[in-house]
Parts: sequence; structure tokens; C-alpha cells
Amino acid sequence: MTILAILQVLVLILIVAGSVLAVWLKDLLASVIALGASSLLLALQFYLLQAPDVAIAEAGVGAALTTAIFVLAIRKTRRKEEE
Amino acid sequence: MSVVVRTIARILIPVILVFGGYVILHGHLTPGGGFQGGAVAASAVALLLVAVGAPAVKKLKAPFSVLEDLGGVAFVVLGFLGIGFTFFANSLAGMGGLFGAPVPSGPNPGVLNTAGTVPLMNWAVGLKVLGGLGAVLVLFGLFGGDDDR
Repeated sequence: MTILAILQVLVLILIVAGSVLAVWLKDLLASVIALGASSLLLALQFYLLQAPDVAIAEAGVGAALTTAIFVLAIRKTRRKEEE
Repeated sequence: MSVVVRTIARILIPVILVFGGYVILHGHLTPGGGFQGGAVAASAVALLLVAVGAPAVKKLKAPFSVLEDLGGVAFVVLGFLGIGFTFFANSLAGMGGLFGAPVPSGPNPGVLNTAGTVPLMNWAVGLKVLGGLGAVLVLFGLFGGDDDR
């Protein structure tokens, strides 16, 4: 198992951890930031899998634009999730 | 938002815009192109919107709409430039002038001034994506009144 494969598995575990955190957190702003981190790690995974074109699109759209849209939506509604 | 976010945004927004322009300009040589560069530049607009709030950038909506229209029209006009052969024929490649240098044979690091209409189409797509996503972001920020919490 080379160092690159270990890095890919590590990044995948971190993506899953970020996604679980985004579902689990009750503070919606923290949840959105976890989702953005997960998306940025997905862009890193695309880069490790030799697809830099997709990685740039994922980093621009997934990590930046959706995070900004979610932050704007939270600013217009409530910040805490209700039970 | 807080003064930390506003200060960081003031430093980072020009850098993000220049990087988006770099991705668009080198679209025919390196990974990336019109859509990716436009999305990167639009993330600068998103950062500006989150930092200073939507009512402060209300004036940007009309220029973004004009930019989107210009990008679409420029793309179709560049497609019609090759109509003597076929639609979208690359009539500027290898002719000298703007983006018309001949491509050297063999391994080379890539010559920027090549590829004819492809870089110009990248710019058209990039400006259209920047205008469209920027207008969507500004309209989304303005939705539902000006309650800025």
C-alpha cells in the first residue's frame, strides 16, 4: 500500500466524518461549515485521483458558492435547528 | 459580519478575482476553463456578499445581468465567425494576430498565444458564468427584505 493510497483512504474517512458532522450538528452555521469542509476534501480527493479540472469546479461551486448561499439563507432564517 | 471577515475579504477578493482570470485565460493549456474560472471569480462575489451584506452591493445586480448577456452574445458571435466553413469552425487558429500563433511541434510547456477562438470562447463563458452566478447571489441576498442580522 503506497503513501498515496493511504492518503486517499484518509481523505475519504474525513469526507464521511464531515458529512456525518453536518447531519449531526444542531447549530446550522456549524453544520454548513462542516459541509463546506467535506466538499473541499472532496475536491482534494478529485485532485488526488488525477482530475484537476473537476477539482477546480468542485472547489469553486461546492465549497464556496453553496456555503455562501447556505450562510445567506441562515442569516434570513433561524440559526438553531428545532427538535 | 465582523471586522475580521471584512478585513480578510478586502485582502482576498482581488486575489480570488485574479486567480479566476488566470484559470479562464489559461483554459486551453491547463486544467480549468470558462466555467471553472467563472465559478472561482463568482466565489469572490459570494465572499463580498457574506462580508458586507446584500443591501451594500445592490448596485451590482444590473452590471452582472449585462455581463451575462454579453457573454452569451459573444459566444454565439464567435461561433458564427467560422460560418464560412462550419458553425464553430476555428477560423482564427494559425492565422497570426490575436491567439493565432502556430503551435510548435514536439513537447513544449504550452504557448499562450495559440488556439484561435477557443480562449475567446473561454472568456465569453467565464464572463457569462460570473454574471449569472453573481446576479443569482445578489438576488438571493436581497430576497425577503433587508433584515441584516
